[in-house]
Amino acid sequence: MKTLLRGGRVVDPANGIDGSHDVLIDGDRIARVGRDLPVDGATVVDIPAGLVLCPGLIDMHVHLREPGQEHKETVATGAASAVAGGFTAVACMPNTAPVNDNANVTLLILAKAAEARLARVYPIGAVSKGSKGELLADIAELKQAGCVAITDDGHPVATALLLRRALEYAGMFGMPVIEHCEDPSLKGDGVAHEGFHAASLGLRGIPAAAEALGVERGVLLAELTGSAFHVAHMSARASLRAVRKGKEAGIRVTCEVAPHHFTLTDEALGAPIPYDTNVKMNPPLREAGDRDAMLAGIADGTVDVIATDHAPHHYDEKNVEFDRAPFGIVGLETAVSLSLDRLVHAGLIRLPRLIELLSTNPARILRIAGGSLSEGVPADITILAPDLRVRVQASALRSRSKNTPFDGWQLRGGVAATIVGGRTVFVNPDVSINL
Amino acid sequence: MTTASSEIDQKPAVTALRHKDLLGITDLTPEEIALVLDTAEAMKEVGTRPIKKVPALRGKTVVNLFFEPSTRTRTSFEIAEKRLSADTLNIAIGTSSVVKGETLADTALNLEAMSPDMIVLRHSSSGACHLLSRICRSAIINAGDGMHEHPTQALLDAFTIRERKKQLAGLKVAIIGDLLHSRVLRSNIQLLTKMGAKVCVCGPPTLIPTDVLRFGVSATSVVEDAVAEADVVMLLRIQLERMEGAYFPSLREYFRVFGMTEERLRLAKSDVMIMHPGPMNRGVEIASEVADGPYSVILDQVANGVAVRMAVLYLLAGGAEHEDAA
Repeated sequence: MKTLLRGGRVVDPANGIDGSHDVLIDGDRIARVGRDLPVDGATVVDIPAGLVLCPGLIDMHVHLREPGQEHKETVATGAASAVAGGFTAVACMPNTAPVNDNANVTLLILAKAAEARLARVYPIGAVSKGSKGELLADIAELKQAGCVAITDDGHPVATALLLRRALEYAGMFGMPVIEHCEDPSLKGDGVAHEGFHAASLGLRGIPAAAEALGVERGVLLAELTGSAFHVAHMSARASLRAVRKGKEAGIRVTCEVAPHHFTLTDEALGAPIPYDTNVKMNPPLREAGDRDAMLAGIADGTVDVIATDHAPHHYDEKNVEFDRAPFGIVGLETAVSLSLDRLVHAGLIRLPRLIELLSTNPARILRIAGGSLSEGVPADITILAPDLRVRVQASALRSRSKNTPFDGWQLRGGVAATIVGGRTVFVNPDVSINL
Repeated sequence: MTTASSEIDQKPAVTALRHKDLLGITDLTPEEIALVLDTAEAMKEVGTRPIKKVPALRGKTVVNLFFEPSTRTRTSFEIAEKRLSADTLNIAIGTSSVVKGETLADTALNLEAMSPDMIVLRHSSSGACHLLSRICRSAIINAGDGMHEHPTQALLDAFTIRERKKQLAGLKVAIIGDLLHSRVLRSNIQLLTKMGAKVCVCGPPTLIPTDVLRFGVSATSVVEDAVAEADVVMLLRIQLERMEGAYFPSLREYFRVFGMTEERLRLAKSDVMIMHPGPMNRGVEIASEVADGPYSVILDQVANGVAVRMAVLYLLAGGAEHEDAA
């Protein structure tokens, strides 16, 4: 069965395409991308003017909470949230209960994802058994079961020695090590960015240097081992500086920034809702200079990826004192709107660069399918509505959890539809498109 | 003050605080602060009578919900409530259902279901009062939340200073000690700067909050500079448990560098006031000779605490307007 998506603006940076093209899907694959393709028996879908077709977006940092914390999220609800947010694929962190440090957990996640038939789910395995920071997990087994990277996310890898070993060992399989960069002693029992706002609200601080120290450590070890090191959820300007220096030195380091870190600052701790636990995440919202540095890094190419760090938490867990609330917010369903509004419409970057950040680069770093609309690749396509007026509504999120600080925000740009393997898995009811 | 006291009995024309809660000094204007202090003067007179009671809060229920140990503040609130004829009850951690794992929100909702008028909250988490304020219809009075604010302490400090110095504007107030973890500091900085005093904070760099200058104060780690020409020297408690965080090497060394001795005090103005919110560590932040000396107003602070809390309770309940309605 063939489908011809006719007349949209196609943005595919991997192939240098940005213009009005047709996309022909044959079964679950991209058959052709070109101008004025012949219908030739295909079902024709005319793409309304103003919509953009791009390779399916990939969020390389989400927490799907299954197994073990299904009251927050499941693979199925997380995948539903992903496709509603325009993501055709997500890579999920191993800090489940039990930890994804063996093939059984990996295979369970993959089975749940296959059952859901929504977004592709790429598990990320643990660096160490139980993420305890002592012994390496069985990384070859994880790789064989389907893991695409390793990390002890939620915490940094416990010691420099273990991180070195992980880089060396995972390098054998071409798997990157993704690091939650943080010096635990500097972080201490901090709950918010160490700065004026935390000081005046009486919240214990987490200095930016705690993160940057972890980045510096990783960059040095990436140099030592020659392996690929990826900085998760970067938030501090000092971290960006370390990544930039590493890249200039030819070290294999990449990094990601979450939408909340390029949108919000620690001012949100005090207003509009003082002590709102939905602005509590780790790394914390930093000060304006850090937020601006993240924007600059996105514009100048230092930042490789936008990833959400989608971290669902139940309402009960967040409806507590600020210092007792868990870190994290959901992000899958607001990432595209925040990116279009704050980056593209703000004039910071152009659309092809955004697609690199959200699709091409995560596919390249994780060495997974997708990230392009090349002929013969799986037909994972996101259709964006860059000018759609979106009002974020927490209660309407597909995610099982509603912990977003963006409730009620009005943003310009959203998702029109999401296609995974040639199947339409999401159509935005606010956009008229005949899929 | 006789006129003021008779005014209380005669439902005077004072303006109420136009707030549901007292969460912090941050939310008060200088005029509102002055109103509380003026009202407290009238309340103080009530405490000198043979029958120390006025009917201002008759029929009102006030819950003192204390999640942290406190003798001074809890007692002070309770006496204030009783002098205003409120029905009071005390819930302290250990006797409450918190030990059974109930959340603060659920505890608050359960109390709220019994229709109290005010909840006085002391809690170890900064922002706990804000959480309650969002949940509860009752007025929330912050009796100290984590490292954030302790507004009635700052009000009673201001009242005590004003009693001696007549006004706050233009005074140099040195605040010395553990600044980082102190809610008393944060409330006092807010209040004193709003009222025009010059505040100089002093402590070891490890115990000074980030970006402290943005609070509108000057800061130093040279205690002699802080004390020089000060009208008021306020010492903050050094919490012994902080030693684990290695904020400074030893209590002995702290006293050597920052302890308030008679010798250091000579650098201050001749009519300097020595204040301490308590509980004191004698020989750590303050020498006993200073604590017990002629410049100390530490017990006046405690005495004034009752009057200031009466004023806050009275004004939050609606002041004269409430009494008219009743």
